[in-house]
Amino acid sequence: MRLQARFRWLPTPFRSLFLFIVWLLLNNSVSVGHIVLATFFAIFIPILSFSFRDPQPLILKPGLALKQFVIVLYDIIVANLQVALLIVGPSKKLRPAFIKVPLDLTHDMPITILASSVSLTPGTVSAEVYPIPESLAEGEEMTQRYLLIHVLDLDDEAELIKHIKKRYEAPLKEIFQC
Amino acid sequence: MISEWVVSILLLFGGTFILIGSLGLLKLPDFFMRLHGPTKATTLGMASMLIAAMVYFANSKTGLSVKEILITIFLLITAPISGYMLIKSAIHHKLKPKEGTKGLDNIEDD
Repeated sequence: MRLQARFRWLPTPFRSLFLFIVWLLLNNSVSVGHIVLATFFAIFIPILSFSFRDPQPLILKPGLALKQFVIVLYDIIVANLQVALLIVGPSKKLRPAFIKVPLDLTHDMPITILASSVSLTPGTVSAEVYPIPESLAEGEEMTQRYLLIHVLDLDDEAELIKHIKKRYEAPLKEIFQC
Repeated sequence: MISEWVVSILLLFGGTFILIGSLGLLKLPDFFMRLHGPTKATTLGMASMLIAAMVYFANSKTGLSVKEILITIFLLITAPISGYMLIKSAIHHKLKPKEGTKGLDNIEDD
């Protein structure tokens, strides 16, 4: 895991890239003027906003991140088909449940990404991350964290936890190297 | 001609999903289950409608427009967050889940 970027003037390289692309998309053009302006924003906005933020782990495996993005995109489509079938089918048969997934991740940013991908994929919505920081006693260390998930139709709890850990959490650990 | 087909299919696909998502909102028994419709079905429905718009305008006089990709990205980022905020406040207000919901003891008091 690395919190500090390689270059001081580029504290968050992927956010810069994102800003650059968003600016060009917003203006719907790739003219020289807009490229210069986009570069300016991509360099200066992260520098100006850097001191407001808690340092988060950087993406160290961009190729893997892209692959994970495609996997999640595919899962979103499958998730929609599944949830559509569940909704159209008889709702008495559904077996809703709350489950708790123990997390290996420790940082906020990867956990946020994990929670979002869980929310967007088959029949699960993430509800809460335990322990809640405010509930900890002063100076108490954050130990094991849990993700509370609401499942629309639970079949096998252990199986689902294993699936989430393997398909979404393990690649995130690899991407952020933490 | 082909683009017309693509646009029509994408629009139908997107429309169907948004309809099913809204149907879920109407039909499912409790708040936590109702939340599943809007966080998923609507995201995909909107995405395919936006892609349809992109294909349509790429073939019209106005030329290719890529702003739709931006809308899709923002939707993908914000949909889970708003779902999370809704379910968090529902837990905070101790809304009653449907009878027979398993794992209620997993919810901790805050």
